[in-house]
Amino acid sequence: MTAETPPAHGAHGADASRIHNIGYRTYDGPRLGRAYATRSLYSQSLRGAYGLGRSAKSKVLPMILFGVMCAPALIMVAVAVATKADKLPVDYTRYAVLLQAVIGLYLAAQAPQTVSRDLRFKTVPLYFSRPIERVDYVRAKFAAMASALFILTATPLIVLYVGALLAKLDFPEQTKGFAQGLVSVALLSLLFAGIALVISAVTPRRGFGIAAVIAVLTISYGAVSTVQAIAHEQGGNDTAVQWLGLFSPITLIDGVQTAFLGATSSFPGGEGPSASVGVVYLLVVLALVAGSYVALMRRYRKAGL
Amino acid sequence: MIATESLSKRFPKVTALDRLTLDIGAGVTGLVGANGAGKSTMIKILLGLSPATEGTASVLGLDVATSGGQIRERVGYMPEHDCLPPDVSATEFVVHMARMSGLPPAAARERTADTLRHVGLYEERYRPMGGYSTGMKQRVKLAQALVHDPQLVFLDEPTNGLDPVGRDEMLDLIRRVHTDFGISVLVTSHLLGELERTCDHVVVIDGGKLLRSSSTTDFTQTTTTLAVEVTDSDEHPDGTGALRAALGARGVTTQDDGGGLPGAGHIVLLDAADEAVYDFVRDTVADLGLGLVRMEQRRHHIAEVFRTGHEQHGQRENHEQHEQHGHHGQPENPSGRPAAPTTTPPAPQTGGAQR
Ligand SMILES: Nc1ncnc2c1ncn2[C@@H]1O[C@H](COP(=O)(O)OP(=O)(O)OP(=O)(O)O)[C@@H](O)[C@H]1O
Ligand SMILES: [Mg+2]
Repeated sequence: MTAETPPAHGAHGADASRIHNIGYRTYDGPRLGRAYATRSLYSQSLRGAYGLGRSAKSKVLPMILFGVMCAPALIMVAVAVATKADKLPVDYTRYAVLLQAVIGLYLAAQAPQTVSRDLRFKTVPLYFSRPIERVDYVRAKFAAMASALFILTATPLIVLYVGALLAKLDFPEQTKGFAQGLVSVALLSLLFAGIALVISAVTPRRGFGIAAVIAVLTISYGAVSTVQAIAHEQGGNDTAVQWLGLFSPITLIDGVQTAFLGATSSFPGGEGPSASVGVVYLLVVLALVAGSYVALMRRYRKAGL
Repeated sequence: MIATESLSKRFPKVTALDRLTLDIGAGVTGLVGANGAGKSTMIKILLGLSPATEGTASVLGLDVATSGGQIRERVGYMPEHDCLPPDVSATEFVVHMARMSGLPPAAARERTADTLRHVGLYEERYRPMGGYSTGMKQRVKLAQALVHDPQLVFLDEPTNGLDPVGRDEMLDLIRRVHTDFGISVLVTSHLLGELERTCDHVVVIDGGKLLRSSSTTDFTQTTTTLAVEVTDSDEHPDGTGALRAALGARGVTTQDDGGGLPGAGHIVLLDAADEAVYDFVRDTVADLGLGLVRMEQRRHHIAEVFRTGHEQHGQRENHEQHEQHGHHGQPENPSGRPAAPTTTPPAPQTGGAQR
């Protein structure tokens, strides 16, 4: 701004309009830049994933699902403490697999709200007209969704662990199991967040997003587990069962944790992938996470302005 | 504030900007062009969001190709399309956008309250935006562009969808953004007429090409024309003709508002170079014994600056024609040379001193 304008901030505005107007105040404070904006977007999106800072109505579903996710853990812990059991009724790594339907519903409801609102209401250009870049936006949204899922899946594990300690179960064993469970749900959160965000970002229509997320998660799991069951029944073809698990998100996580995190497989026959096949599982999970990140980046290149 | 050098943007099928060279200073600048002229494309390039195919551009002295982030920290942008989520309130929305511009939480809230008040949003700012009128939405869109106190704002068709009153209020607000807030403005419109009042400078583009870049004051203030209307008397049945002859005899050239059409010329026009001309005309009228109906200064309507030479010498000016200019605001003939102000017929609109 050259010679004539800076005084307008202060002295220059002595005209009549200035009097009616309580006066424009300039901002000389800090401008915290890209990293801060990205963090703000992350926390706003994470809070939004639980309906916080939004209408009461939008809190209902995520809070109910959060409750449903934690309730079994509380019951198990209560039972374990009361009956002085020597172990918890489920493994830490098994909990998320058992409650995968709740995770699926949560994702279907919250992933579209995290990304497709901005697309549908064309708010995206407002973000990109600010210091924030496409990478920052995608990372903030991805991280927020993954964190929201991690909160959903790790909280019941914390409940179980605290309960196990209260019930005076074996400390090293419980701690190891808890740690393995946390690693497993962290991986699950990244994978599921990525897949659900990509699906949601493709369609600005929220209804389609919800349906598509549910469809992808349940259809893939349904198909994989059915075919696995058939393969197992007909001649106990467990190699086929092992490889089939690669084709749905939840069986992928199941495979990885069976191979590396001491989990018992939920595959038919209870025979999960061996360590060498497990490497393939892990690579596929990582490739899917990276792939969804790349897909989101592409999606927003087009959505730019 | 903004400089472009041979700036071009080509899409596979269309050339949106064609070797545009501009230099825009502080103040309010209008960017005028028909639909598809390349206005929005230009703003996207200036924000560093879309690379130019050719040429260079700088905003606030920063190169758009390399310093997009820094530019976007210091400028504001109001898009032409809707961009407001209906289920949050204006306050929540603008606070969030302020933080996206890097303002700390407390400052973001404080400046949101201030800015919404400045754009004229009061109690309704706590209600979800889905229930807002178009006028209120436009104000929120403006507020989010101003909330971080930028040095420059890009307003893409801010009067879109507004009724005449809303339009005037928005234009006044835009004027104040510069005069009261000290923020320079680049505002686009496809209506040349509406920017005349608001802008210090107007750039007209058509099909991505620069048609004209000029200061509005050049046309609206510096060249004043005096319009004189007199009564007839028994001695001079054609008072207008007599005045014209008398002035001519004293070395003052006059123009005929009627464009030479019979019966049309009841008004005598002459250039008012200085104050003495007023006295001179008054004396001449008195000497002839005519009654002076009116003598007024006319500003040139910016629309005519872009009129073709053909038209100037042809048709009689009338209100209808000017109304059309006001509405379409585009040059009638994009390739036409702009008229020299002194030979341009005056608008019926009057301005400045009336005597
Ligand atoms: N992403 C794009 N891909 C292809 N063509 C584009 C793209 N964006 C703009 N155009 C074309 O470039 C030209 C200029 O468009 P632009 O949006 O800049 O016009 P405008 O002056 O803003 O028009 P309006 O008054 O309608 O907003 C148009 O012909 C448009 O179709
Ligand atoms: Mg446009």
